Amino acid sequence: MITLFLLSMMVFVGGQVLPGDVGRAILGPFADQHAVDALNRSLGVDRPLLVQYGSWIWNFVHGDMGMSYVFRTPVAPFVIDALGNSIKLAAMAFVLVVPIGILGGVVAALNLNRPLDRIISLGGLSMTVLPEFVTGIILILIFGVWLRWLPISATWPSGAGFVTQLYYLILPSVPLFLVLFGYVARMARAGMIEALDSDYTRTAILKGLPRHTVLWRHVLRNALLPTITVIATQTGYLIGGLVVIETLFRYQGIGSLIFNAARGKDFPMLEAGILAIGIVYAVATLAADFLYSMLNPRIRLGALQ
Amino acid sequence: MSATDDLARTPEVDTGTRREPLADAFLALFRSGPFLIGLCIVLFWIVCALFGEHFVPYDPLADDIINALVPPSSEHWFGTDQLGRDVFSRVLTGSRDILTVAPLATLLATIIGTALGLFVGFFRGIVDDIVSRLLEAFMAMPVVIVALLAIVALGTSKTTVILVIGLSFAPIIARTVRSAVLAERELDYVAAAQLRHEGALYTMFIEILPNILAPILVETTVRLGYAIFAVATLSFLGFGIQPPSPDWGLSISTNYGLISGGFWWTVLFDAIAIASVVIGVNLVADEIHGAFND
Repeated sequence: MITLFLLSMMVFVGGQVLPGDVGRAILGPFADQHAVDALNRSLGVDRPLLVQYGSWIWNFVHGDMGMSYVFRTPVAPFVIDALGNSIKLAAMAFVLVVPIGILGGVVAALNLNRPLDRIISLGGLSMTVLPEFVTGIILILIFGVWLRWLPISATWPSGAGFVTQLYYLILPSVPLFLVLFGYVARMARAGMIEALDSDYTRTAILKGLPRHTVLWRHVLRNALLPTITVIATQTGYLIGGLVVIETLFRYQGIGSLIFNAARGKDFPMLEAGILAIGIVYAVATLAADFLYSMLNPRIRLGALQ
Repeated sequence: MSATDDLARTPEVDTGTRREPLADAFLALFRSGPFLIGLCIVLFWIVCALFGEHFVPYDPLADDIINALVPPSSEHWFGTDQLGRDVFSRVLTGSRDILTVAPLATLLATIIGTALGLFVGFFRGIVDDIVSRLLEAFMAMPVVIVALLAIVALGTSKTTVILVIGLSFAPIIARTVRSAVLAERELDYVAAAQLRHEGALYTMFIEILPNILAPILVETTVRLGYAIFAVATLSFLGFGIQPPSPDWGLSISTNYGLISGGFWWTVLFDAIAIASVVIGVNLVADEIHGAFND
């Protein structure tokens, strides 16, 4: 909540206060001063800052995100469309990374300090730290330009079916997957190591339970809790990644919307895009807390008592 | 954390004399393979940044329109870009801007973060509560978005990029420093300093600070990796380093429109260069982290 408030303040200050004379910015340096004043009045930017902030938030909460300076139409439909597209891309990356990342971490922990663990850990670390546009460019070159297996632009032909859309989303989602993989695998590995080391695992083994029962019922259950939290907190990162990936692959999502708005100094669009992301992020964090307490009986039952 | 670290530790028998933990950690570092590889990569790029322009075959900024977009050949090892500039020369000299901006941003973040962390960790109380909440809220915001917003509002320049990245990373360092200070201030030497009626500033900076240098060093190297990531990304988006610099992210951003035409050499080598420097810094950071946290 504080984050959202802080973000809205920053967006407001960054978008409306710092750029100075909005009317002048739109009409250019040679426009008549009267025209500039008139435009400022009609845009409402000549009012006191607190009033502007208040009315901006009030309107935003009521679904009015303002008018785009560039398109001269309401911002809301653009933002909602873009958000939908981005969620598809993000969902694709998550669908890939959650099972594979967890599997990678589990395999690494079961082979602790053996070559396989070293490969997964170091490989995961290396992939995680590479900027998305670097892995994106290399992937485009390999699969798009040389092998010609996948399209290099993520914009599918209009009216494309679900499968075609998936096909277009493969390449853009891989760089996001690579960055997230390292985090998820690392958390899963750490969680596994801790759980494998615990007294309850030793008890389970000493009771003579079969290995897979110990792993599934005792180790995994405890090991994956922290991983879920990490996955949820990565939503914040994912948003930054989307700006890059959507620009690189020319995909009409919230990231490229923000990027283009920033380029064109279309502040209402920029502000609406960033705030929309802030809201999605807040919801994701809340959902993660909820999921965590659902899965963790210590918290779930503790709340009931 | 790794097999090499374990090897490094095995021959140590307790000889009864107290070994400095810091010295131990550094010893382990210089016996670790990933650390040395990372260090070599980083040093290579630092040398290129400092002296690259003296040994590259062409002027990295000189246009040669007639020879634009020539594929790699014996004359131009990595080909030429759309203005006919030699890609090999540009890649080798391209580390200069990112290797100035990212470390300066990290340094700024470390200075502000350390001071902030020392203050809130030392005084605790209501100030700590408020500042910690604010920092948490601030950290939850994606750096790229914050940077984009600030740079659009303030205008692009190297200074803006340094300020923006430095300020966005400061809270993370402050959090690390704060938790280190919280543990440290319960120790006897702090109580002794307070009994001597040393000033708060003296206790913080002269007594506590030297004892928490290890976590600060770890956090700083980790942040440096992220700073390079952030600077490269901002340059790619056109909000970081500006033309005509041979910066890698910038080169990719000006040339990636060409790759559908098959001009792969204009971006591939820059991408590999960024990848190598980022992996190098992170190998170093990760090994330092491992060495100090065992």
